[in-house]
Amino acid sequence: MNLLTRVHAQNLVDWARDRPEVVVLSADLTSSTEIDLFRDTYPERFFSMGMAEQNMMSFAGGLAREGFFPFVHTFAVFLYRRALDQISMSIAYPNLPVRMFGFLPGITTPGGVTHQAIDDIATLRTLPNMTLLECGDATDVETVLDVAQAIDGPVYVRMLRGEIPRLFDASDAMRLNQARVLSVGTDITLLSSGICTEEAMRATSVLQARGVSIQHLHISTLKPFDDPAVLHALAQPRYGVITMENHSVTGGLGTAVAEMIAEAGLARRLVRIGLKDTYAHGASRPYLMREYGLDALALVRQVEALLNTSLDIDEDDLAAIRLTQVHSVAKAEAL
Amino acid sequence: MASPTPSPSAIRWQDTALHVARAIRRRVLEHVIINNGGYLSQACSAAEILATLYTRIMRLGPSQAPLIPKPFPGVPGASNPQAFTGADYHGPKGAAFDRFIVSPAHYALPLYAALIEVDRLAAEALEQFNKDGSTVEMIGAEHSPGMEVTSGSLGQALSQAAGIALARKLRGETGRVWVLMSDGEFQSGQTWEALQVLAFHRLDNVGIYVDVNRQQCDGSMSDVLDIEPLDERIRAFGATVFAVDGHDVEALAAPAALPPAHKPLVVLAQTNPWQGIDLLRARAPKLHYVRFSSAEERQRFADLLATMP
Repeated sequence: MNLLTRVHAQNLVDWARDRPEVVVLSADLTSSTEIDLFRDTYPERFFSMGMAEQNMMSFAGGLAREGFFPFVHTFAVFLYRRALDQISMSIAYPNLPVRMFGFLPGITTPGGVTHQAIDDIATLRTLPNMTLLECGDATDVETVLDVAQAIDGPVYVRMLRGEIPRLFDASDAMRLNQARVLSVGTDITLLSSGICTEEAMRATSVLQARGVSIQHLHISTLKPFDDPAVLHALAQPRYGVITMENHSVTGGLGTAVAEMIAEAGLARRLVRIGLKDTYAHGASRPYLMREYGLDALALVRQVEALLNTSLDIDEDDLAAIRLTQVHSVAKAEAL
Repeated sequence: MASPTPSPSAIRWQDTALHVARAIRRRVLEHVIINNGGYLSQACSAAEILATLYTRIMRLGPSQAPLIPKPFPGVPGASNPQAFTGADYHGPKGAAFDRFIVSPAHYALPLYAALIEVDRLAAEALEQFNKDGSTVEMIGAEHSPGMEVTSGSLGQALSQAAGIALARKLRGETGRVWVLMSDGEFQSGQTWEALQVLAFHRLDNVGIYVDVNRQQCDGSMSDVLDIEPLDERIRAFGATVFAVDGHDVEALAAPAALPPAHKPLVVLAQTNPWQGIDLLRARAPKLHYVRFSSAEERQRFADLLATMP
């Protein structure tokens, strides 16, 4: 399991080489959203919009009406929270192919509450015409552009930057509305998204060694959310379903799964791991994941609760199987 | 812009524009009387602006849309190929053709009236106004005749027009993008964000006509939230600004004839919200949406209509 750096930066440059209709908009976070290399490589296709997201979103709508594909980059909070009306009316209503890249999802930033996008999925899921994608590793980041570009309409991508792990084989591209099956099992069905998948993989390997049979799916498409494989997996487990997301449990993956369980009439318990209707604050990612119960140990405890047993797993067991190096270098988590 | 070829029988463009402006005002008043309500003061203030844009300033091709608008085809979406745009009333998109973005979508009634007077829309189209299933909506959206973008909430259209303008620059198109705005929209932060970007990226293919009628929903802008000195503020944001009499068609047309000079163009058309319908004056400052308070008042407006040229 290796750690990669600035995956989006190089990938976007390579990917956009023969796509002159792709233009990139920046809201004063050019290196922070890894589009500095694009700016330097294709300056004629890079447009600085300044610290003004409302205009940027409507402006992107105008460009998209003319046949261009605006790739809007900023921190997720500034995108969906500040410019929601503009996304809704200037982009989503007319179903324009604007590709929105929201960085610093959930608690991946020590920037605190002003920088933490904890309800972006919940908010944007309610907009008609929107497609929502979330990246969980380097392979997702490298292949999400093809998925997004194939959509006839607006796409929001919950993006990762800096140092990110490669959890999935580089040839195993993200597919729209198709979960990645990471393990199969019959006791628990576990659905994880974003950075929680790495934590979930750490936990599941230990849990499986203790005899727990887990079906683990990585979710990269949050809307549409009607993958038949997901529905099938939700109907399977003997003990219940667990969702795990770097987002509020209100309105995100956990809610989408709850809706699917209820609509299908499945009698399955559901445990939602995520931010429990709370804002967070500024601190390191490992600290926040522990503090708010989003990490591998939190998952273990929820599995134990569902199974009504103790599996005798502690931090040391989980630390022994780190999937990646500790995220510590440079400004990977900084602003 | 070239002058019409002079000939003994030629009608001066100024006369045509003024004729259209009077007809817009008259048609909107007639509609408001029939329906006992409507955006009448906006027709009073913007009639010459719309008339001058359509008859003198904008280079538009022939309408591509039916004179009687088609019903609402459903919202735009990947699964709805039936969706269409009200921009079709402005003719085909082409490198040399201009575009027209109407920002205050509640100016729909004066806009429809203008389209009727320049023969892009049938007079009967107004019978569909604000009727269920119709695209001739009270507040226009992008499927409404003459509308190209969904511009609500107010303040979003200029940004969209700027994006369209950048795309046209990138393609080397010579046509311009005209935007009709209301002055109240300059209370919105997004308008200033858009002006920043227009000036910084030198989008001089955008021309903005502002109906400076100094009215807003709650009353006079000077009482609600004053934005003067608007000309100095906009100039400070890097635009070329002209303040003109918004009922003088020559003064309105002159700035548009100047060659673009690396800056967005803003024409502040200073208008009177009861221009041509002096009866409205008594209703000030409640002019945003006119609903007659009595049959007697309605009759007075009907009597006035009968005398209008």
